[in-house]
Amino acid sequence: MSPTDGPGAAGGGDALAPAARPDDSVLLTVSNIRKSFGANEVLRGVDLEVRRGEVVALIGPSGSGKTTVLRSLNGLETPDAGTLEFDGGPSLDFAAGLPKGARFALRDRSAMVFQQHNLFPHLTVLENVIEGPVQVQRTPKAKAVAQAEALLARVGLAEKRDAYPFELSGGQQQRVGIVRALALEPDLLLFDEPTSALDPELVGEVLTVIKELADEGWTMVIVTHELAFARQVADEVVFLDGGVIVERGAPGQLFTAPREARTRQFLDRILRPFD
Amino acid sequence: MNESLQLFLDSFWPIVWGGISGTIPLALISFVVGLVLALGVALLRLSKNRVLAAIGRFYVSVIRGTPLLVQLFVIFYGLPALGLLIDPWPSAIVAFSLNVGGYAAEIIRAAILSVPKGQWEAGYTIGMSNAKTLRRIILPQAARVSVPPLSNTFISLVKDTSLASLILVTELFRVAQQIAAFSQQFMLLYLEAALIYWLFCLVLSAGQGVLERRLDRYVAH
Repeated sequence: MSPTDGPGAAGGGDALAPAARPDDSVLLTVSNIRKSFGANEVLRGVDLEVRRGEVVALIGPSGSGKTTVLRSLNGLETPDAGTLEFDGGPSLDFAAGLPKGARFALRDRSAMVFQQHNLFPHLTVLENVIEGPVQVQRTPKAKAVAQAEALLARVGLAEKRDAYPFELSGGQQQRVGIVRALALEPDLLLFDEPTSALDPELVGEVLTVIKELADEGWTMVIVTHELAFARQVADEVVFLDGGVIVERGAPGQLFTAPREARTRQFLDRILRPFD
Repeated sequence: MNESLQLFLDSFWPIVWGGISGTIPLALISFVVGLVLALGVALLRLSKNRVLAAIGRFYVSVIRGTPLLVQLFVIFYGLPALGLLIDPWPSAIVAFSLNVGGYAAEIIRAAILSVPKGQWEAGYTIGMSNAKTLRRIILPQAARVSVPPLSNTFISLVKDTSLASLILVTELFRVAQQIAAFSQQFMLLYLEAALIYWLFCLVLSAGQGVLERRLDRYVAH
């Protein structure tokens, strides 16, 4: 269950650190994925490649398809066409549907942090975090608890282990959401607008945690509206609009010298809304 | 007047005992069996398979579209014609269970649908199957939502079990009927039966309140 190159079991200070990556080989590739909801074509041929240890930020206006791309990476959405390859595995053809086994395999290797944290309201913080490891990965409970406690300590929530989600602030809930994902020791972390539902003053504490993860070498795909943050943490920024990738590049290039007019427009509107 | 009071007092415990030994076990057993059935029917109704969903819908429609008394009579008086002779007690339990199965199925279905879609997705993304997400994540939350309406179903059932007196099951109302027939004090005995049903339901309502408070943490705040 647990990938060999995932982060080691809970070990105090380096609880968040993934084990040393053997290389920066390609972890995930999707090619030419398409998806329609009814008559609305949200993805019109999108390619994406994610290397180990890389942070990819997906940006773009609402309805650009960025969240659908993200949700296609773990089978929450099944594209109508296109292919997906994960870690050298067989190429999955979406047109043929996503077989159950492949769907489970993807979810076994990845974890997701949601916009609305989606913590389980009937479970305590600790129970939320160990649910996956104990119930799905069959990790012995004592080991899962020790790991969860170390992870919670890392994000400053050790003393909240027995609280219920509704007793936490939005920022704390989202940090638990991140810990719940990390506890699965995934190869790939997916973030779906992790700060969009938060009060402005709570955004920083969540972004700080994500930044730390990036620095520690986790492989991440992040859908975000926080452009300054994307610029800071991403190795590659992908700008989507109208269901296609308009432009992609290193953040330094894309944010300062965008090649496409559409990118420039979008950035102007976000970064200088009152000009 | 004194005679009436004496009759009231003398018949009080026999009628209460009829409730404790007849009404309550009849209601409890039927409710538990009915809930299991209802969960199955609710899942049929929610199935993406059209045939299964139609079977669930048909069941609910028949149960809700026919009187409980008719259901009871079909099972007790009707089935013997097909060579299926069932004693009064099991007949009553079968009829009430089938009835609860229909009504509670709709409550459970609505409760499952009331759990936000994100909870299913969170279950999937930590690697759970559909069935496991349902069992570990969705049903605990749906259970909390369905406590008030299911409590109402149970309280209705407790009163509806009086119909079992018509197929000769000895329960609260039949005890009262027998004493009434013997003493010819119909008004007194039927009012007394009503009072005792009401007392039973008061206790059950209090229990419902306690249960709701204990399950409060299961609500998504």
